[in-house]
Amino acid sequence: MASQSWSYRVFFFFNCVILVSLSLLCILPFIHILAVSLSGNGPTQANEVGLWPVEFTTRPYEHVLSTGQFTRAFGVSVRRVLLGVAVQLILIILLAYPLSKEARNFRGRNVYTWIVVFTMLFNGGIIPMYILMKQLGLFDSVWALVFGGGWGAVPVFLTVLMLNFFRQLPKELDEAATTDGAGEWMKMLRVYLPLSLPSLMTVTMFLIVYHWNSWFDGLIYMTDTKNYPLQTYLRVEINRINNPPQNMDESVVERKVSQRAAVAAQLVIAMLPITAVYPFIQQYFKEGIVLGSVKG
Amino acid sequence: MRIGRFAGSRRFREMLSHPALPLHVMVLPGLALLFVFSYLPMVGIVIAFQDYLPSKGFFGSPWIGLDPYRVIFDIPDTWKVIRNTVVISVLKLFFGLITPVVTALLLNEIRIRWFKRSIQTLVFFPHFLSWVILGGIIIDVFSQNGAVNKLLGWFNLGPYFFMGDPALFRFVVVATDVWKDFGFSMIVFLAALTSIDPSLYESAMMDGANRWRQTLHITLPGIMPIVTLVAILNLGNILNAGFDQIFNLYNALVYETADIIDTYVYRIGLVNAQYGLATAMGLFKSAVGFVLIVISYYLAYRVANYRIF
Repeated sequence: MASQSWSYRVFFFFNCVILVSLSLLCILPFIHILAVSLSGNGPTQANEVGLWPVEFTTRPYEHVLSTGQFTRAFGVSVRRVLLGVAVQLILIILLAYPLSKEARNFRGRNVYTWIVVFTMLFNGGIIPMYILMKQLGLFDSVWALVFGGGWGAVPVFLTVLMLNFFRQLPKELDEAATTDGAGEWMKMLRVYLPLSLPSLMTVTMFLIVYHWNSWFDGLIYMTDTKNYPLQTYLRVEINRINNPPQNMDESVVERKVSQRAAVAAQLVIAMLPITAVYPFIQQYFKEGIVLGSVKG
Repeated sequence: MRIGRFAGSRRFREMLSHPALPLHVMVLPGLALLFVFSYLPMVGIVIAFQDYLPSKGFFGSPWIGLDPYRVIFDIPDTWKVIRNTVVISVLKLFFGLITPVVTALLLNEIRIRWFKRSIQTLVFFPHFLSWVILGGIIIDVFSQNGAVNKLLGWFNLGPYFFMGDPALFRFVVVATDVWKDFGFSMIVFLAALTSIDPSLYESAMMDGANRWRQTLHITLPGIMPIVTLVAILNLGNILNAGFDQIFNLYNALVYETADIIDTYVYRIGLVNAQYGLATAMGLFKSAVGFVLIVISYYLAYRVANYRIF
């Protein structure tokens, strides 16, 4: 750039400092928790751990993984992610494809669209939802987690995203396929879906993150703590630290693994799956956000 | 008999072979599930006007009309949680908009690609973790015996009781919400920045405008429409002050400033099992929220020609 004036260089320097500090602010808390989870009982209690483990030990992890509850909750979460992503991806495609058609080719399209979109504007609230789930007998069932989460049975916002993507594909492809005698199912499976892989990936990523991170549905629809997904289980564990009963102090000190390190270890393990798919998430979320928000 | 005749009729055969029939079949599963899990709960709202008894169900419980509303607005807590909801929302909205816009502008000045990329990767990260995990970390870091107080101790400040002091807690709520989401919100603004016509900058430079003047007269006006749009859309959500976050962070000590409509509904409804009262309160929120969202979509459409589909 031409304007490398003195004042611009000062600005550039401070700009870098600000941006680096912001990024550190976003990442250091996680490194700190990682350090706590790998530190010995003494330093953790005395708050001596910074960004590096003190008196390195893996005991918190051994402790956490040896209790069946954590691994079982992890399993419930994996199950709900697999089931939820598979079922809802299909539902989203099946809803988005027809709704991406023009109303003159598909009568009823606008009515259907309004039925779908209205659920984004208004809802019954948690109490009627809770009573409904109870009456459907879905308490303690994985289907309550698949369909009863915050995004509803069919995530409308992802349906709209998919719908907008289908619409951007050239009309000529559709017309050519119709001329060749392809029906709607054939067109969807053979023409539209193969061309939509990036946005299908975006939707999949959104669903994975959503299902992995959901916790409230588990808290209200699972009556047996054995059926808690990981995030719900963690929430209960953390809450115990945040509101400790008065008589617990002694038992915590006596234990070899401090409650603090144990929770830190569980937080780290719960973050692992998201961290592992983070490169994909980053790529596809950006595409999805830009696609969904600033379209022509 | 009539059905049998219809099934054999030409009209029915035409219907079956109609090219749009598969489209109607496709929407069926999605609509059926939306009917069960979104529309049936809306019917369940009737219990807001009943003395709902689980043993008697929707149809057997006695009607009490608008009584719950009289009760609700007589409880001082109601006004408190409405006030808290709006205050927290407005603060989040303001700082949650300013921060990503400023960061996007600063990042836009960086021309070194790997540097720009790495910063984005790092600030993007917290958005993808649940409030349970972030709550666990925040409670640990902000505890009296935590990292933040240790850091402040180096400057002879504190220790502060962040998670138990009503005034400080509100600060924690707003700050951590901005922290979680500013990297994510930034994407839209970065995309808007790249779509500004480069020739505008060239001609500005010819006229002798420095970087600061270019930012003021080209960049800012260039992203203003999208900033306005995001602000309008967020205004529609003003009654959602962030249940997931607050529920995972708060405790009885800070109800005074942190209890919002959603957490209140949860406690009176699912903890104290006062279904009717909680539903009435929830309905109040849904109804006002509905009006706000419709207004914000309408404004977004008028101001920025925004449509969701």
